[in-house]
Parts: sequence; structure tokens; C-alpha cells
Amino acid sequence: MNLDFGSEYDDFRDKVAGFCSSHKGVHLTGSLYGQYETIKRARSVSPNGETMSLIEWQQLLIENGYFARNIPKEYGGYGGELDIVKNVIINSEFNKAGIPSGTGGQGIDFLVPTLLEMGTEDQKKQYIKSALHLETIWCQGYSEPNAGSDLANLQTKGVLDGNEWVINGQKIWTSTAKYSQMMFCLVRTEPDMPKHKGISYLLIPMDSPGIKIRPLVDMTLDAGFNEVFFTDVRIPAKNIVGQRGEGWLVANKTLVHERGSLGDPERMITRLNLLIELMKNETLNGKRVIDHPVYRDRLMKIQGKTLALKAHGLRLLSGKINKTQNVNLGIMIVKLYGTEMRYELESLAIDILGELGTLYEQSPHIRDEGSWQYAFMYYLGLIIGGGTSQIQKNIISERGLGMPKAPKIKEV
Amino acid sequence: MYFGLSEEQQFFQNSIARFLENKTTVENIRQYARGDSEKFADEIHNGLIELGINNLMIPESYGGLGLDLLYATAVSESLGAYIAPVPYTGSYIMTPMAIMLAGSRDQKEKYLHAISNNEMHFGFGVTEYIAPRENAEIILNNKTASGRALFVMDGLNATHYILTTKSGTIFIINANDPNLQIVQLTTVDKTKDVSELILNSCQVEVLQKSVNDTSIIDKVIDAGRIMVAADSLGASQSMIDKSVNYSKERIQFGRVIGSFQAVKHMCAEMTANIQPCYSMVWYAAHCHDYIQEESRLMATHTKAHVSEVASFIAKTSTEVHGGMGFTDELGLHYWFKRIGLNRQILGGVVVNREEAATVQNF
Repeated sequence: MNLDFGSEYDDFRDKVAGFCSSHKGVHLTGSLYGQYETIKRARSVSPNGETMSLIEWQQLLIENGYFARNIPKEYGGYGGELDIVKNVIINSEFNKAGIPSGTGGQGIDFLVPTLLEMGTEDQKKQYIKSALHLETIWCQGYSEPNAGSDLANLQTKGVLDGNEWVINGQKIWTSTAKYSQMMFCLVRTEPDMPKHKGISYLLIPMDSPGIKIRPLVDMTLDAGFNEVFFTDVRIPAKNIVGQRGEGWLVANKTLVHERGSLGDPERMITRLNLLIELMKNETLNGKRVIDHPVYRDRLMKIQGKTLALKAHGLRLLSGKINKTQNVNLGIMIVKLYGTEMRYELESLAIDILGELGTLYEQSPHIRDEGSWQYAFMYYLGLIIGGGTSQIQKNIISERGLGMPKAPKIKEV
Repeated sequence: MYFGLSEEQQFFQNSIARFLENKTTVENIRQYARGDSEKFADEIHNGLIELGINNLMIPESYGGLGLDLLYATAVSESLGAYIAPVPYTGSYIMTPMAIMLAGSRDQKEKYLHAISNNEMHFGFGVTEYIAPRENAEIILNNKTASGRALFVMDGLNATHYILTTKSGTIFIINANDPNLQIVQLTTVDKTKDVSELILNSCQVEVLQKSVNDTSIIDKVIDAGRIMVAADSLGASQSMIDKSVNYSKERIQFGRVIGSFQAVKHMCAEMTANIQPCYSMVWYAAHCHDYIQEESRLMATHTKAHVSEVASFIAKTSTEVHGGMGFTDELGLHYWFKRIGLNRQILGGVVVNREEAATVQNF
């Protein structure tokens, strides 16, 4: 066990810390997603510092190598070598200083890595830089009404007509569709092939004629999701990543990225500390809630789980740095474990508030701007989204423990 | 940066496992639990002494190996995995640590060498400091001690005992003291020795530095908690492995039960819960030696959290085995009971969580 990154990183850490302190309290203006609530909440920073737009900030971070660090310069990144430790140091220094890190999103987090791996040179040049610099916002078109957990059952149809794909069908759960200029989308182009081999990965401009967007309001009352309808939508034939019928393969590469990003121990610890503050400040029968033995025990239970996750994060990081260390099973459980425990944390906050815990929106007496009730519901969404807990358990048992798949039922 | 057991630690862990693998079979454990083969535990004990489990924590200057707590944790995982019926946490981790931290030079010379040479065996009792029951306590009076110590661990063939007062003063008594009465207790877990000691003016040797300084007994107890958590971790992993294997063999409704989602999800949940426990136990051991400011918090939380996870796995893995899990035929219950004992000793889950809250001044 050695938790030191080594003195060769000391200079780098100093440099990052210097950047952070010179921009402490930076206030970012503008939002990519209108009033999109989750993004807005994540951006609330101290208003004392300098003011710049989200896009200017992003550019500054890329120039300094604090965002898109490993992406080649020719595609708009910083062009640094891949060094996981440096990425960790950047994250931790930004967290410590409380200044916002770069803005991700589905395009940057999922499309960009996919293009880097499987895109043509033209596609890389055309799409990566504009995504990184927030000039083009992307949304993800995977799920459909009848293709949720069974994603490979998707039916949105693409037919090649001369130099164009003609697309008909419907997508659902499309976050940020309203604000996006482009969609990376899974479409059935080979109807005669087996279901996993009949899908292609297409890139669709959202201003194409024939696209209709209908907001989908979720239980938090945000319209974070949308339904997207395609009627004879025509896009250039070259807007395909990988070959025809390879879309499932292409998409699976990015799903790996998506699941790894949930269950970040740093965020869990930050949230837990807020809950501790809340329990010190709130009273029940004139006594601090944190002194109430049952609530106190429940808090400690969650803290125990959080500390387990924190240690686990270190082990997974070690697995990334030391290629011989096998942490596969440890990675597989993160989405399930992280989202379920976050939900448990939020639900404790509501319980300790009692009746006050039910307050919402701009109600009098509301605590922390209603963020506990909001997150309580939002994290139930995350338990379901990105591969439900049940799908995660299938993956853990089948791929992790080598348990057999359920036999297919021929007729239902 | 490397987080985990080193190659050397894994090697040590594996050699313990290989030694136990063919010895602590369910049949052997069953016979021992029935009291039919007393020599069995001695044989295991002697084999493990040869591998050096008594010397892990003793500094080289006293004849030991002078290893860190993560090493001892790796060993404890294997002992739990094979439910080895031997003294360990009390005798070989807490005892040498207490003597090193609180003993005089003479006491270290006298006792550590003797433990290292396998000439002395210590039982260890701290219930009266952590969470006293039945108002039991021991009062020191002019080099003698009187009172009761409940749930003394690892007293099998003990030559000495280390006990504490309510206020955390650590002292040694001789097992041959004529004023000492030893009452054997019977717990569900027959692989571990637990006894009650009744002292009526026994001769004591106080470890002086522990007087008026509870930080020493806390440090020793924390090490014990991490060891017990590691033991439960190993036992839990064994129960998961047995469940997964059983589910791939047992056929119902014309298919192996491991192909049913209900069963798969039980195994996945057990795995999802145990994986972070490895990280937590290792990190707690590392903190105990090297990161003082997190050490107490990690030890108390690790004992509580791993106990909860282990209890869940003990129950769930028994259910995966169906009716057979409930029988003595498979002997799965020996792991279930080991986890059950581990959960309660050195403070149960609520006691540990309350201590975690207190450590943070909540």
C-alpha cells in the first residue's frame, strides 16, 4: 500500500493549485441548457470573484490542460499525454478550491471518446473540437418506448436512399434534446440481420426537417428529458460512425464510460458533509437532531458506507494506474452501489426534517432550496437510468460471477 | 501509488489459505465443534505458528517479524475464509500491540520474546472497557485485581490474560493464579474460545503507560476491530463463492438455479456489498499505521459496516442454498456463526457507530 503519487507530481500540483487560487470565486454566466435545473444547481458558486461565460471558462481550462487534457491538439484538446494521476490531481485541487471544473455532457463524455476510437479523420476534425468548446451541444438517441433495458430491440428505422439516410421512428429519455444541435443515434438499418447486428450509429443534425421534440416532465417536475420523433428525416450517408450494422459495438464502448461516472466518492462526501451540517442545525423537541440516537445511528450508517466507497475509489484508481491489478468486479458494482446509497442518503435527510422534509419549490420554511427532496427523486431516476439496478445485477452475476444467462422463452 | 495488498502480502495470505484448505474441512470442523477431536485445533495452531502468525506484530528486536497491520489483515482474511479454530486477534495482534505501546522495557523483554517463541499464550478481555454488561468490572487495588471480565477472547490454552479496567488501564494476570476462576462460555461459534474470568485478588502486572491514557487501549481495540472485520470479510467471501458454485450445480425446474434472476440478483447484491469492504478494511489497516487523523474513524466504521454486510451475506448465502443451507449436512452454518460472533465482539454495530460519532465530536 502506497498512497503517494510521488514527488515528481509535486510541481504539477503546485501549478494547478496556483491556477485555482488565482481564479477562486470565479462566477460563470450563461447556461447551455436554459433553465435546466440540475446544471444550474451544480453551477452555484461564490459571486465574489471574476465573471466570465461558461464558454470562456471552458477555453481557459483547455488552454491550461485542465480539461480535455489527453485529447490531441488538432481536435481541439490540450494534447497532453495520458496520465491518470494528473487528472486526479486536477480534480482534487479544483474540488478543494471550490471552483467549477469543465463542462461535460453527453457529447463530450460519450461521443468524443467514441469518435476518437472509431470515427473517420473527417468526423474527428468536424465534431470533436466544436463539442469540447461547447459550440455544438450533443444529445444521445438510444432508448425507445419499446427498447429500454432491452436496448438492442430498438426499432427506429434508417433506409439508405441514394446519398442520404431516411430516418423514421421515435426516441425517448433524450436529455437536453431542446438545446442540442446534434444527436448521436442508434438506428436499425439492417432489418434482416439478428437484432444486435442490424444497428448503425448515425449523427443527426437536430434542425433537420421532420424532427419533433416533446418535453417529458419527470417526477421532480423538471423537463429534463424529451421524446424525439423522426418523420422522413434525411441526413448525409457519410454521417455514420463505424460500418453499417456495427452500431451496437460502437455504442457499448460509450456505455462503459457512462456507468463508471456514477458513484463518485468525492461528491458523496460533499453531500454527506452537508447532511451532517443540516443535522447539527435542525432541532427536534428543542434538541439537535444529530443528538437524537436513532437519527445519529442512521447518519453513522451512511457515513460508514460513504467511507467504504471512498476507499473503494482509491482501489479503482490504483487499478487504472497499475495495469496488473485486477479490479474488474470492483468497477462493475459502482453504478449499483453508488446510486442506491445516494438515494439512501437523501432519504435520511428528508426523514430528519420530518414534515419540513416534504416542502418543495419556493415554499416558506424550505431548507437548502429544496435540494433534499429534489435529489431524493432525482437519484431514484439515476437508479433506473443508465442501466437499471436490475440490469446491473444481471451484468455483475453474468459477466462478473460467470452465472448463466436465463434461457430464452420462445413464445410469450 | 498502489492501493491494495502487496505481492508479498498476497503470498503470505495464500500460504495461510493453502495450509488451511485441506485441514479445516467441514467434516473436521464439525467433529471439533462437537468436542470429538481436541487435537485438531492444536494441529492447526501449530501449523500456523510455523508460518509465523504469532510473530507478525512483534518487532524484530524482540524476535518477531515486525510487519504492519495490513499484513495481519491479509492473514485474518484467510483465517476467516477457512474459519480456522485458532486464537489470533486477541493473542497475536492486540496482545503484542498493548505490550509494545504500554509496557516497560522489562515487560517487553519478558513477554514479547516468550510469545515469539510460542512459550506464552494470552487471552484478551476488553468488554468492561467497551460495553460492559451485567455491571461487570475489575477494580485494581494495590497490585491485585478483583471483579469479573466477560467475553474474554482467545483464552484456549492461555498462560496469561490481558484485561482492562473500566477506565482503560491495561494489566496482565497469570492463568495459574489460584485466585482466578475461569468459566468456559458456550457461544454459537464453536471455532472460537470465549470465557468469563472471575478474579478474587489476583496478582496483576499493570502496563503503566496505559494508566490515565485511554488512547493506548483505543489503539489496541481499533487494531482488533480491523482484524475481526477482515475475518468476517474472508468468511463472507467464502459464503458467496459457495453460493455461486452451488447455484451453478443445483437443478430445479429443469435448469440450474443460477440461471434464475432471483438467485443471480442475490449473488450480485452480495458481491456489490462485499467489494467496497475489501477497500475499506485495507484502508483502515493502512490508516491505523500511517494516517493517524483518520485511524479511529476508519476502525470503528469498518467494524460496523463490514459486520452489517457480513450479516447480510450470511443470511442471503444461506437462502441461496435453500433447505440444505439450513442443515448441518453442508456445514454452511459454521461460517454463519463465525460472522455472528464477529459482529458482537469488540463492540457491536451500534456501539461502534456511536464511537464513530463521538470521535468526530458530534
